[in-house]
Amino acid sequence: MRKTLVLAALSAALLCGGANAQQINVKIGVLTDMSSLYKDATGPGSVEAAKMAAEDFMKTHPIFKVEVVSGDHQNKPDVGVQIANQWIDVEHVDMIADVPNSGVALAITQVAAQKNKVFVASGPAASDLTGPKCNANMVHWTYDTWMLANGTGKAIVKNGGDSWFFLTSDYAFGHALERDTSAVVIANGGKVVGAVRHPINTSDFSSFLLQAQQSKAKIIGLANAGGDTINAIKQGAEFGIVAGGQRFAGLLVFASDVNALGLKTAQGLSLTETFYWDTNDATRAWTKRWQANLKTPDKWPTMNQAGVYAGTLHYLKAVAALKSAADGKAVVAEMKKEPTDDPLFGKGSVRADGRVLHPAFLFEVKKPEESKYPGDFYNLKSTIPADQAFRPLKDGNCPLVSG
Amino acid sequence: MIEIFGIPSSALFGQLLIGLINGSFYALLSLGLAVIFGMLNIINFTHGAQYMLGALVAYLLLKYSGLGYWPALIIVPVLVGIVGVLIERVFLQWLYKLDHLYGLLLTFGLALIIEGVSRNYLGSAGLPYALPDSLRGGQNLGFMFLPNYRVWVIVASLTVCLGTWFMIERTRFGAYLRAATENPSLVRAFGINVPRMITLTYGFGVALAAFAGVMAAPIYNVSPNMGSELIIVVFAVVVIGGMGSILGAIVTGFGLGIIEGLTKVFFPEASNTVIFVIMAIVLLVSPAGLFGRRA
Repeated sequence: MRKTLVLAALSAALLCGGANAQQINVKIGVLTDMSSLYKDATGPGSVEAAKMAAEDFMKTHPIFKVEVVSGDHQNKPDVGVQIANQWIDVEHVDMIADVPNSGVALAITQVAAQKNKVFVASGPAASDLTGPKCNANMVHWTYDTWMLANGTGKAIVKNGGDSWFFLTSDYAFGHALERDTSAVVIANGGKVVGAVRHPINTSDFSSFLLQAQQSKAKIIGLANAGGDTINAIKQGAEFGIVAGGQRFAGLLVFASDVNALGLKTAQGLSLTETFYWDTNDATRAWTKRWQANLKTPDKWPTMNQAGVYAGTLHYLKAVAALKSAADGKAVVAEMKKEPTDDPLFGKGSVRADGRVLHPAFLFEVKKPEESKYPGDFYNLKSTIPADQAFRPLKDGNCPLVSG
Repeated sequence: MIEIFGIPSSALFGQLLIGLINGSFYALLSLGLAVIFGMLNIINFTHGAQYMLGALVAYLLLKYSGLGYWPALIIVPVLVGIVGVLIERVFLQWLYKLDHLYGLLLTFGLALIIEGVSRNYLGSAGLPYALPDSLRGGQNLGFMFLPNYRVWVIVASLTVCLGTWFMIERTRFGAYLRAATENPSLVRAFGINVPRMITLTYGFGVALAAFAGVMAAPIYNVSPNMGSELIIVVFAVVVIGGMGSILGAIVTGFGLGIIEGLTKVFFPEASNTVIFVIMAIVLLVSPAGLFGRRA
């Protein structure tokens, strides 16, 4: 009896193998924050974006079978690395996407290089990923700290906002953002009149806002993220910062944060993003589909989630050209060779250091009376062309480039 | 202009006032904790989650039934208080005879569950809640701009704190309650329904947390994490004031708000830590806290 069962199982396995001989399997792991502060900016929305990319790709490439798995790194590098190792070694994952939180991403990029798989970094902000820590297995989509500082800083100084006071989150990310933005402000003829470092996850900013108010700076730069940014802006409205003639510059603000603030509170805020759902018919159609799949009609996709879609799609195109996902370095080389083209970011390219070049947009949050429908958040103030939006290749100190 | 340690005195006045306002939040939250610990001997780790529920329910009321800030200030504490009563009846009442640790673990677990479920349904980025129109704007005091809402926070918090203190320390009901904590069986012998009184007290403590949550909704980010960010500081306040001491919670709440406010001017990086430094010192010098009764 036992023998028969084993035989039956064996022949069944052989049969399946035969049927799938033509099929190429690709497995994508979305490593993200499913339970904490970046859940809304990435999280389930990123997983859905990867699934949509897989779906769209398989429609035109029927011999491919793309599977998407997801994991929660809990914002801990050790947890992230453990999941990545398990995925690659045991579950045969070929590409890891998303990874919000630069600390986790800097660890994951090493795992991808060691095991020769691909990391499409659409979630993290650290520009070091394409700088000193760059490698031949990583592509950095969506944004980075240099671009945020440059985009928002430069445009605001040029529009007359030439004196700055920073509210800075007291850890590596905040310090980097403050440093980069200060440099941009000074280089463009502005000045920095002061800064205050607040602990991460501060709920009350009134004391810091008072200091910012007394500094008389025209612009209050928020070198922080998530709940800290929201609290600062919310209480800034209460303390009459904007009414008093000062303005906030959000250095990292997602559409999900604007949604959380409401336009009444967030109006007038300047910010830089590389994707806005309401840009053209293609982005609107994609957003509708995303909302329907997730059953969240009152949430709007962030640039990170769009980055997961675009990055995954471009990765799959490279795999299709090579007809194999086995060699990560070869796939990334192919991704760099081909120009990028997708409905969300438009046409672009991948640079030698892994930086994806696409335009960035400076937005201003609309007044409530200007907003005509839910999700109508931004006025476009200016477009920063792809070749100016990101750090010049020679300034990054990427070993791949300097040799 | 006169300068104190390099800071203009006008700036310092502003910071002192801000500290006082933040202190009133601490006082309001630690008050509920102190009432629950003093009367039930339960270390209520769910307090942060109940504060968060207060803000979330206020948001839901506005979104689904159009009830604004003022009705929410009354309705939300009642609703969340009822949830508290259920928690006490179903779980907590079985733990009074056991070590403190069991109550702590149970309430901590409940807090994680409440926060996890809220995050699952409402996301983590936060939800919009605008200032009520009647409290918009503010006064220019010369040395600072004082938003009207902050004035209201101080007034409401002081009223609630003093009212609670008066009820527990100066009324007949309060006397029963204090007697029931000292010797429940004796108070029962006088024909007083002690379990019901305890249940209502827990419900009241929870309602205080929810009240603070509604007060916080227009100015702080309304998100499932808002409670866990604040609860540790509030616990430190209660420990410094003396576990279970109601007056201690109120006085320490205001005092630490001021100290924290000053730290934000002179050494902002330490503003999250200063309260714990003070806690360590107080525990070394006076282990029962500043106002606590020695066991």
